[in-house]
This record gives sequence, C-alpha cells and structure tokens, in this order.
Amino acid sequence: MSTAGRAVAVKAAARPATRRRLRDRDWVWGYAMIAPLVLGLGVFYLWPVVQSVYYSFTEWTLFGDATWVGLRNYEQLFTDPANGRALRNTFVYGGLSLLGIPLSIAVAALLGTRGLRLVSLYRTLYFLPVVTMPAAVAMIWTWLYNGDYGLVNYLLSLVGIHGTSWIAEPSTALYALVAVGIWTQIGYNAVIFMAGLQSIPSHLYEAASIDGAGRARQFFRITLPLLSPSIFFVSVLSVINGLQMFDLVYLMLRRGNPAREETQTVVSLFFSRAFEEGAKGYAAAMAVVLMLITLVLTVIQFRVQKRWVHYA
Amino acid sequence: MTGKIRALVCAGALVAGLAGCSSSDGGDSGGKVTLTYAYWDNENQGPAMTKIAQEFTKSHPNIEVKLQFTPNKEYWTKLQTAAAGGTAPDVFWMNGPRIGLYASQGALLPLSDKIAADKMDLGKYPKSLVDLYTLDGKQYGIPKDFDTIGLWYNKALFDAAKVKYPDASWTWDDVRAAAKKLTDPAKGVHGIGAMAWSQEAYYNTIFQAGGYVISDDKKKSGFDDPATIEGLKFWKDLLDQKLSPTVQQMTDNDPIEMFKSGKLAMWYDGSYDASQYFKTEGLKAGVAPLPAGPKGKATVIHGLANVVYAKTKHPQEAWEFVKFLGSEQANRIQAESGAVIPAYEGLQESWVKSMPGLDLQAFIDQLPDARPYPVSKNTAAWARLETDAITKAFTDGQDVEATAKQLATAMNAALSQEK
Repeated sequence: MSTAGRAVAVKAAARPATRRRLRDRDWVWGYAMIAPLVLGLGVFYLWPVVQSVYYSFTEWTLFGDATWVGLRNYEQLFTDPANGRALRNTFVYGGLSLLGIPLSIAVAALLGTRGLRLVSLYRTLYFLPVVTMPAAVAMIWTWLYNGDYGLVNYLLSLVGIHGTSWIAEPSTALYALVAVGIWTQIGYNAVIFMAGLQSIPSHLYEAASIDGAGRARQFFRITLPLLSPSIFFVSVLSVINGLQMFDLVYLMLRRGNPAREETQTVVSLFFSRAFEEGAKGYAAAMAVVLMLITLVLTVIQFRVQKRWVHYA
Repeated sequence: MTGKIRALVCAGALVAGLAGCSSSDGGDSGGKVTLTYAYWDNENQGPAMTKIAQEFTKSHPNIEVKLQFTPNKEYWTKLQTAAAGGTAPDVFWMNGPRIGLYASQGALLPLSDKIAADKMDLGKYPKSLVDLYTLDGKQYGIPKDFDTIGLWYNKALFDAAKVKYPDASWTWDDVRAAAKKLTDPAKGVHGIGAMAWSQEAYYNTIFQAGGYVISDDKKKSGFDDPATIEGLKFWKDLLDQKLSPTVQQMTDNDPIEMFKSGKLAMWYDGSYDASQYFKTEGLKAGVAPLPAGPKGKATVIHGLANVVYAKTKHPQEAWEFVKFLGSEQANRIQAESGAVIPAYEGLQESWVKSMPGLDLQAFIDQLPDARPYPVSKNTAAWARLETDAITKAFTDGQDVEATAKQLATAMNAALSQEK
C-alpha cells in the first residue's frame, strides 16, 4: 500500500503542491469509504467461506484441532441416506417457494388498484410478516397449525373438513412449512413487483385498449413481459432463500416431532451435524456442496433468463 | 500518516483486547480469583445455585463465583463453541449423554488425583452416577443430583372411574387394564400418555422387559434384541388401542401440560418435574414406583455432575468449588429448594419432605432397581437417530419391530466410528 502511495506521490511531484495533496487524499478517502464494507464482507463472509472449504477437507472434532483427511468427508456425503432426503426436501422447499411469485404479483396488482381505500394500511399489513422476527412467526403458526385447538382446523371444521396435526404429521409437515415461508415472503416480493408495475408506462395500455386488447390480453402481452426483470430477480432470491431454509424447521419442529425426517433440510441437518453431534469437518463439506448447488442453480437461472426476461 | 493510523488501530485493538480479556477471565484483582459457573436451569435451581455460590465465598473469601445461566436449548452449543475457543467457564454442569464426548476430547480436567489427595469419599453418591462420570478409569465429575422415573397419576380421574390408585405391586397388565377404564373419548381424557420419550418412557420399559439399549462394551446397539422390542411394543400397543393421544397430538400439545390439565390419567415422568406438578393448582397428583414388566422392576437413573474445564486458569480454586458443590452443605441447600434430589447420601429425606402431600418416596424407593442412563462416547451421534426412528415407529401404521431393527443397524454404524 505504501509503495503504491509513494509511486503516486513521485508522479505527482511535478504538479503544484496543493493539487498533489488533494489527489493523494482522494486516493486515501476512496479506500476509507469502502473499507467498512470490504472489511465487513471480508471478515464475516469471504473469510468464513474460505475457512469452510478448508475445514471440509479435515476432521474437526468438538474441541480438538482439525486434521487433514482429504476427500473422506465428501465420500461420506454420498453414502449417508439422510443427505439424500434432506436434499430432496430442500429442493421441494426451494421449488415450491416459487409459488409465492404469482401470489405476490396478484397482491401487488391489488395494492396498486387505482382508488383503493386504506392502501397504506394494506401495504403495512402485507409487509408486517417480513419485519416480524422468525421466532414470533414460528410461534404463531405453530398455534394456528395445532391439530386439536388450531385456528386452521377450526376454519376447516366449518366446511366439514376434519384437519390433521399439520406440522406433526409426516405427510403434511413440509408443505405446512412451505406455506409459512411463502407467507412471510409475500410482502417483500410484492414491494418489488409494485415498483415493477409502476414503471410500466401507461401509454402502452392506452394504445393496447385502442387496438382492442382486453384486460387479460393486456396482462399477458404487456404487464408480464415488462415485469419479467422483477420476476427474475425475485425467483433467484426465492430459490436461494428456499435452499437455505433453516429457521422455521428449527423453530417449529420441536424435538420428538415425528415429521423431522420429512422436513429436514440441508441446513438444518448441517446444524445438527456440526453443533449437536460435533462433526464439524463433515458439516463443512455439506455447506460447501450446498454452496455449489446454489451456485449452479443460479447460473442456470441466469442462462435461461435470456430466453424469457425482457429488459425494456 | 498511514503509519500513525496503523499505530492507532493497533493500540485500539490492544486496549479492546485487554478489556475483553479482563472482563471475560475475571483475572486476579487484588489476589482475588473469580470463577465462572455455568448452568442451564434457572427457573427451578437458580435460587439454590446463588445461595451455594454465596456460601462458598463465605468460607473461601478470596474466591468469587460468577453464575452464568444459559437456557438448556443453547447451553451445549454455547459451551461447545466456548470450549473450542479456549474460553469455557471454569466449572459447569454436565450430563450423561455429553460426558463421554467432553471427557474423551480432553475438555475436562481429570479429578482422580485431587479426589485421592483430599481423601474425598465418592461412596457418598449413588454408584451408578459415579460410574456415569468415569471414563477409562478416571473420574471427571462429582455427582450433583439424581433423578428416577415414576408413574404419575391424576387422583380425580382415578376416583371418577373408580380405579384403585397405582402402588408398588403394579405390573404392565395393571397399567393396561387401568388405561382402558380411564380412557373417555367423550371427555377427551386418555388413560395414559405414550410419548416417544426415551428417559421418561421407553428406556424404562426396555429394561423392565429384560432388553438393553447399548451393550456394556458400548459396541453394539440393543434395538434388534427381542426383549428391547417388547419394551417398545408396550407403548405402541397402548397407542394402537387409542388409550393414549397420538404422538402427533402430543407433539402439538405438550403432554406435561395435558397431564396437568386432566387430559391424561397416567403419565411416566421424572422426579425433576415433581415441583411443577406440586405447584399446579387444581391438580391432585399422586406418584407410584414404575410398574414391573416381564423381567421385573426397573427405572432409569440419571444425574448431573459438576465438572472442571481442562483449560481453566485456576484449577485449584475450581476444584475447591467443585468439592464444595459436592459437599453435604451444598447438597442440603439443593434438597431444601426441592428442585432436585441431591446426590449426597442421606439427604434425600429433606427433598421428599419438601413437597407435602406428594409421596416422593416412590422415587427413592426405586434406587435398588435403578439402571444407568445408556451412553457411549458420542451419544449424540446415535441419540438423534434413535429419537427420529422411535418417534416414527410410534406413529400410526408403523411397524415397531422393523423400525427398531433398522435403527440397530444405523446405531451400530455410528458406534463403530467411536474410537
């Protein structure tokens, strides 16, 4: 750093002294400005990633040191049946969370309806789940889903359906969690879609209606294509969030829940391997593989978007 | 200029580092030593812990004890991280499932030499507890308390159904017969809660059926043993006959709360929950020794111990404190608080008397039939498999025998990785 600084100083020596000092300071301040972000990212994101990759090649026991074991952790990954199940659950979760997109678009369109009264109230209500702590969300939904006393089953009973213990029943638990995940994301997605909808010029609709296009045709030929950049952005985020599913599983499924196997995601399995069983090296390998899967899926999404995303 | 900034940053880091060190380690201020003592049950045991720490400082004026409470759910994660980083508390609570891992990984200070030097008598504590905290011939923990399991019952429901209260003569057949009479679907009352909990429920019946969870040499799982499977089937039959709420229902609604609110007539639970049943208004609870199975009587005994961190800066002071924690005086404080049965011999009486109206003697009377809580070096690695498998097996339409045999295979694989 200091050599580079000296080089700049030497070059600037020919110029008037005041300008030199100014340039010098520019350079310092530039780094100073980005330093907090770079340091934060480096220390809390990049360095842990590098470390995780290193530890994934080691056996890192509870308190002992890490010993190099080469690819052994990765070999074990493929022989442990729990990983296959967790991966499948994770994909189901990531895939189904895309269902939140049409819902969010509908919400965004409704909130954007001209002349809607109390619009700021509705916006607040839809956005509230986003800023609510996951622990509180989990607790409320655990009550709603209660098989004997839950509100969900009460409402179902009004139409003659006898509901089940939604998050304790192995066949329903995963989908019940997906629903909560989608519910918490709708507000955030809707904000992005509202911005996207507002940026569509109104003259396009006017022209279309003059040409005789109905509401449905306008939606599919104008709204959807012009909204596609937002849809793409939200779908990338939804898939990444879905793949990292942990908090709801951890908070809503108490120990001894018979649906644990059916809802275990890669990250929740990672947590129990690393912090409950003390197999941290092995868990690091799981994290690395999940990172690679996320990377591949995101790259695929970016490749495919060229076919359907229209940038106006 | 950059040099100056760097110096400043370094100095700042040093100051911050020093401040961090001195606040976390306690340090030696004026010849005084501060020990940190970590525990996870503040609601029931906090007052006793505070009192014990105060009494200790009275007799050891140069040692101060700082209590560090962490809720059970985060206790082990936090302790593990702290131990890996070299900053674990000097003295902390330990349990059976974790002792193997912590001791074998060198996180705990072996106490055998100090016990011998100070002529501490371990005969004052139940032998199965002393053994639980012994690894490769070395003693790592001094027993703190113990617990056994009993058959809790709701007197009002028994009276209403005109069923005789359980007593020491009961067998599995009596439980089944009573559960049938006590179950009343119209009122939402079930005869018994057959929850897939190990220590409170199926470990006991496995032992009563003559089965085992893990072999004595810790190399083989007992879940493929026919007697073990019989112990599991005891619960499964009660579930299949709808004499118990389903496992799903008991996941949604804590069975402890169900028992308290009169939805369960019988309920297997430990002595550690006695104080909450005692305090529940409107609940007339009784407790009896666990009914005998085909191979006689048995109950799981488990207890906590106080252990010393291997890298403590004050091993001698920490040992003095652990010795005090194991003393008659400290155990008496625990006994009088009523939260747990103290481990020290002869003090169980005062615990029994701490809750008039409850026949807590049932927990003490079972000591001769008590079987140690099954553990190995890395209990956590197979305990998770076990919980998942047995919980699954207890749900509708699942075959206990097949699931138990699969579990045995998986558990054997986990055990073979222990060194």
